[in-house]
Amino acid sequence: MNPAAGMRMWLTVGVAAVALSGAATRAQADSRSIVVASTTSTQDSGLFEYLLPLFKEKTGIAVKVVAQGTGQALDTGRRGDADVVFVHAKAAELRFLAEGESLRRYPVMYNDFVLIGPKSDPAGIKGLKDIEQALRTIEAKQAPFVSRGDRSGTHLAELALWKACGVDIEQVRGSWYKSIGQGMGAALNFAAASNAYVLSDRATWIHFAHKADLEIVVEGDRRLFNQYGVMLVNPAKHPNVRRAFGQAFIDYLISPEGQRAIANYKIHGQQLFYPDANDPGA
Amino acid sequence: MGGETLSALHLLFTGDPALLAIVRLSIAVSLSATMLAALLGAPLGALVALTRFRGREVAIVALNAMMGLPPVMVGLVCYLALSRSGPLGAWGLLFTPKAMVIAQTILVTPIIAAITRQTVEDLWAEYRDELTAMNVGPIWRVATLLWDGRFSLATAFLAGYGRAAAEVGSIIIVGGNIEGFTRTITTAMALETSKGNLSLAIGLGIVLLLIVILVSALAMTVRRAGERFAG
Amino acid sequence: MTMVRAPSSDLPIVFAGVDIRRGATVLLRNLSFTISAGPPTVLVGPNGAGKSTLLRAAMGLIAPTSGGITWAGRKVPSPTGRAIVFQRPVMLRRSCAGNLAYALAAAGVVGADRQSRLTDLLRIVGLEAVGDRPARQLSGGEQQRLAMARALARNPAVLFLDEPTASLDPAATKAIEDLVRAVSDRGVKVVMATHDLGEARRLAGEILLLHRGELIESRPAQKFFADPVTEAAKRFIAGELLV
Repeated sequence: MNPAAGMRMWLTVGVAAVALSGAATRAQADSRSIVVASTTSTQDSGLFEYLLPLFKEKTGIAVKVVAQGTGQALDTGRRGDADVVFVHAKAAELRFLAEGESLRRYPVMYNDFVLIGPKSDPAGIKGLKDIEQALRTIEAKQAPFVSRGDRSGTHLAELALWKACGVDIEQVRGSWYKSIGQGMGAALNFAAASNAYVLSDRATWIHFAHKADLEIVVEGDRRLFNQYGVMLVNPAKHPNVRRAFGQAFIDYLISPEGQRAIANYKIHGQQLFYPDANDPGA
Repeated sequence: MGGETLSALHLLFTGDPALLAIVRLSIAVSLSATMLAALLGAPLGALVALTRFRGREVAIVALNAMMGLPPVMVGLVCYLALSRSGPLGAWGLLFTPKAMVIAQTILVTPIIAAITRQTVEDLWAEYRDELTAMNVGPIWRVATLLWDGRFSLATAFLAGYGRAAAEVGSIIIVGGNIEGFTRTITTAMALETSKGNLSLAIGLGIVLLLIVILVSALAMTVRRAGERFAG
Repeated sequence: MTMVRAPSSDLPIVFAGVDIRRGATVLLRNLSFTISAGPPTVLVGPNGAGKSTLLRAAMGLIAPTSGGITWAGRKVPSPTGRAIVFQRPVMLRRSCAGNLAYALAAAGVVGADRQSRLTDLLRIVGLEAVGDRPARQLSGGEQQRLAMARALARNPAVLFLDEPTASLDPAATKAIEDLVRAVSDRGVKVVMATHDLGEARRLAGEILLLHRGELIESRPAQKFFADPVTEAAKRFIAGELLV
C-alpha cells in the first residue's frame, strides 16, 4: 500500500463522513418550520403529538418542540434559540414580557394539578377539597413528599402553593421533603417507590403506567389550575425569529378551530386541557 | 415489564417508521461524528507520536485525559457556543443534527487521537531503523505507520463509535430531543425514563445494543478479510 | 539479473579520527580507516566492541561526535547507493512480496520495472515459494533473507550487514553466506560484522578488529589470520579475548 492510495482512502472516508452528516440533516423541511420551547409535562401529556400534525396539515408548517423545564424554556427564548415559548407559569411569563423578550402574551388553555399520595394516606388528607390545608398537614406531620425541584412550571406551582399556605418550605424542609431535580414521570416513580405525596399534572398522572399504591388524594381546588400562555419571541431583539410562522402557530392555538382541537384531546376518555383563550383573566 | 420491552423490539422488526427514523438518526450522527473524529484525530495522534516538541509529555497527558471528557460539559459548551446569542449563533446550528455531530466529534476525537498516538509511537519504535535506512520521507512514514497499524486504529474507531453511540448527555442538550428531528435512541431512552416508561426505555436500549454489536461484528469481518490478504 | 551499480558511488568511505559518544558512554574512539571497493570487509570483535555502531555510522545513520566521515570525498552520503541489514531486521506487517514492493518503492523503482525486479529478488534469495505469506510468519532464516532482498532492492553499491547469521542454523547460515558471496562477486561492496571467526575466514577480503570501540588491527584477511600483529588480535583468534 503506497501513500497515494492511503491518502485516497482517507479522502473517501472524509467525503463519506461529510455526506453522511449531511444526510443526517437532510430530513428536515427547514424552510417551513419553527422552534417552540415548551415544557416536559406538556410534551409528556401527548398534546403535541396530537395537535401539531393538525397544524401542519392546515399550514404546512412543521413545529419542532424543544421540551425543557419552564425556566429553561423561557431562557431558550431569551437567547433567541426558539421562535415561540409555550409554558405554564404566569408570573415567569409576565416577567418575560416585562423584560421585552416578547411583545404579547396569549392565554391558551389550562389543565390542573392533582395531589397524589399513597393509599395508606399517612397524613390523613384524602378527600380534602382545600389544597392549602392538605399541604399544611403534610408539613406538620412530616409526611414524605417528592418535589420535582427543577424550576419547571409544576415545580414553581408547588412552591407557590407552599408559600400561599404559609409554609416557608426552604426553612422547614427536612428529610421528609425530597427534591429530585427531574421530570414528572421520574418524580412519580420516586413517589411510588417511597410511598410519598407528590404534586402532578393530571395528564402525566393519567399516562403514568406504574401507579403502584398511589392514587389521587386532592383535586378540584381552583388553586390547582394551571394556566398556559404562548408568546412570540420578540423579533426586534432576535432578528432570526420566524415571525410569520410563529404568529401563525399562535393564531391557530387561539382560533376556534385550535381551541376545539385542544378540548377534543382526551386520554382514556378524559379531557386534559380546557381552552380559555377568550378568558380575559387567564 | 417484559411486555413493553418486547414491544420496542417488535416495533423495530415490523419497521415502525418513528422508531426507524430514530435508529437512522442515531447511526448517522454517531457514525459521522466518529468518521470526522478519525479524520481529525488520527493525524493529530500521529503528529504527537512522531514529533519532538516542548510540552510533548503534557500534550500526551492532556490527550489521554480528554478521553474522559464529560458529555454534559461538552454539550453545555457547544450549546452556549451555538446558541443564537453565542459566538457561533449565526450558523443557526442549535437544535439540529449537525450540532449533535459537532458535539460528538469533540467527544470522540481525543479517543482516536490518544489511541492513534500510542499505536503509532509503538510501531515507530519498531520500524524506525528500517524506515530510516530505506530513506523514507516524513509523509510516507506517517502513511506507512497508519496503514500498518490499521487494525489497532480500527479498534480506536470502534471505541470512538461506542462512546458516541452510547452517550446522551451532549446530544440531548445541543439537539433538544425534538421529536422526528433530533431524537435518537439514547435521547428517546432518557425521555421515556423521565416519563416513567422504564421498560420501553430498556427495550430501546436493547435496540441500541443490537446496533453496536452489529457494527462490531462488521468491523471484525472486515478485519478478518483484511488479515487474510495482508501481512 | 544484472545489478547496475549506482551511478554516484559512495566509495571510498573514509573515517578520520571518528569519536561517537552517547551521553557518557564512548562507543567508538578515534577511528581512522578506509572502506574501498573490492572483496568484503569484515568487522570482528567481541560483543559490545562497537561493530554495529560502526556499520550505522558508515551507513550514515549516526553522526560522529568528533572527527569526520566522508563518502567518495563528500561530507554527505548520496541518498541511495547504500543499504543495511540490521542485526534483528523488522518485517513490515505485509506479505514478503509486500515488503519487497515497499522497499522498491522507497528506492524509487516504479511501474512495470517494480514487478520484474520483485520476482528477481525473490528468486535471488530463494523465497519465491513464500512470496504471498505474511512476512512476520517466516522463520528467522527466511526473515534474514527477506531483509537482504529488501536491501538489495535498493541496488546498493555498498551493503552493510550486521551479524546476518547470528541466530541461524547451519543450513540457513550457508544460504546467507552463499548470497553474500554472490552479491560481492557482482561488484557490490559488502561490509559485514560477525562474531563467527569461521565465517570471517570464509568471506573476508579484509578484516577490521574492534575492541572496546577502538580499531585494533586492519589488515587483509589472510595476513590477519596467518600472522596477527597485536596481542589482542592473537588472543582474539585464539578465542581468548574477553570484552
